[in-house]
Amino acid sequence: MIEVSNIEKSFDGNPVLKGISCVFETGKCNLLLGGSGTGKSVLLQCIVGLMKPDIGSITFDGTVYTNSKIDIRQEIRRKIGMLFQGSALFDSMTVAQNVEFPLQMLTPEMSPEERRERVEFCLKRVGLENAGNKMPAEISGGMKKRVGIARAIAPQCTYLFCDEPNSGLDPATSIKIDNLIHEITHEYNITTVIVTHDMNSVIEIGEHIIFLHQGKKLWDGTKDEILNATVPELRDFIFSSSLVRAAKRVDEETEGGMAAFAEESESGGGI
Amino acid sequence: MLKTFGAFVLFLRGMVVRTERFSVLWNRTIDEAILIGVDSIVIVSIVSAFIGAVTCVQIAYNLTNPLIPQSTIGYMVREMTILELAPTITSIVLAGKVGSSIAGGLGTMRITEQVSALEVMGINSTSYLVLPRILAALLMFPLLVILAMLLSILGGYLAGTLTGVMTAQDYIEGIRTDFIPYNIVFALIKAVVFAFLVSGISAFKGYYTTGGALEVGAASTGAVTNSIIAILIADFALAALLL
Repeated sequence: MIEVSNIEKSFDGNPVLKGISCVFETGKCNLLLGGSGTGKSVLLQCIVGLMKPDIGSITFDGTVYTNSKIDIRQEIRRKIGMLFQGSALFDSMTVAQNVEFPLQMLTPEMSPEERRERVEFCLKRVGLENAGNKMPAEISGGMKKRVGIARAIAPQCTYLFCDEPNSGLDPATSIKIDNLIHEITHEYNITTVIVTHDMNSVIEIGEHIIFLHQGKKLWDGTKDEILNATVPELRDFIFSSSLVRAAKRVDEETEGGMAAFAEESESGGGI
Repeated sequence: MLKTFGAFVLFLRGMVVRTERFSVLWNRTIDEAILIGVDSIVIVSIVSAFIGAVTCVQIAYNLTNPLIPQSTIGYMVREMTILELAPTITSIVLAGKVGSSIAGGLGTMRITEQVSALEVMGINSTSYLVLPRILAALLMFPLLVILAMLLSILGGYLAGTLTGVMTAQDYIEGIRTDFIPYNIVFALIKAVVFAFLVSGISAFKGYYTTGGALEVGAASTGAVTNSIIAILIADFALAALLL
């Protein structure tokens, strides 16, 4: 479990995060939802340690991360896996080498044979068992995301962070990536935090959703609660999509049709 | 200016605090040494051979006084090559080739979040990415300068004898006259200092790139121009201090 307490962050005097407190639960897909420029990615970067918050604290399973000694921070960082928006694969390495890299760096006690087995397992888990020898430039955007996930889970991470995992992907591939993240979260009982503004992801895998608006947390709840939320900013955000408006209309007309719609998508039907 | 220098010092400090394992550092340094050193042999060879040849021909053109022995041409080629042309011109060439490569490579890694990926994994990105590049430069620049010295003197020999401006005996006599071994030491000290400046400045410019492809190009250009200016300032300072 990750606890974020009263985080504030400013850039050149402009506040971007204004006292955000929230909890990311273990074994769930926690979504940070919000429009562009609301501070989602800044919050994520504060949590993983790429940025230092001005005020506030972040705790990983009871261990304080912010302002702690470098050894403690390193120890926590080595339990973190992250999928970047642009995948951030190392261009000079093959797909297999990318997945093997954190194992080489973080687990020197592993033999080359053990590492190779782990790489094969991770690539198979994300459905890329035949792409190990390809270079990142030779694979599609969706495949890059899957390699990014394989690299993140290779060292058996406890916390998985995904920064807009669906950006630049077609809807079908987006759903596959969402489902893969969801499956991995439950399979390994890890704490997953996903930054997104994609309502498809909310309906697919939003087990715990935190809505940010202008640097503040305005709402949190589940995907079943979000469509009935009363926060005006959240309603404006959700129903800016004609698809969701139509779904809501169906929900109202059929009295609960939206719940069935979400259930269907959860069982693999998608939107 | 002072702020940038302070940031540069902190950047270098971050590189040597919490370094990665020796085996990782060693393998990365060897990889970088191949990129910086082996891949630069051709360009350094071409430039130094022609500079030696041109130096020989131009000195011969200017030395028309029959009272000055022909061997003076070989002597001057050797002195100019060892003291100035080999270390400085080679380093300027390498600032263009290696400096832009370091800045461009690190800049691209920065804007594509590869540097962030390393940091999130708990890896000291400056130690992993920058330290091996600087160590490889410190190792390879002196070797390339020695190669440049040899090829430049050989270029002068070939130019002098093939164009008929002097005999082989005169040239060899010239390059053996009044040889001061300290000049070689001085040239190698210059090579090490220039290596540090080129690799350090280029890595600094690349590592702190923000923005997109345009900024990566600007970082590469900045790395080359700043490195060349730093080489020329250091060249004067070292000559004033050590000669």
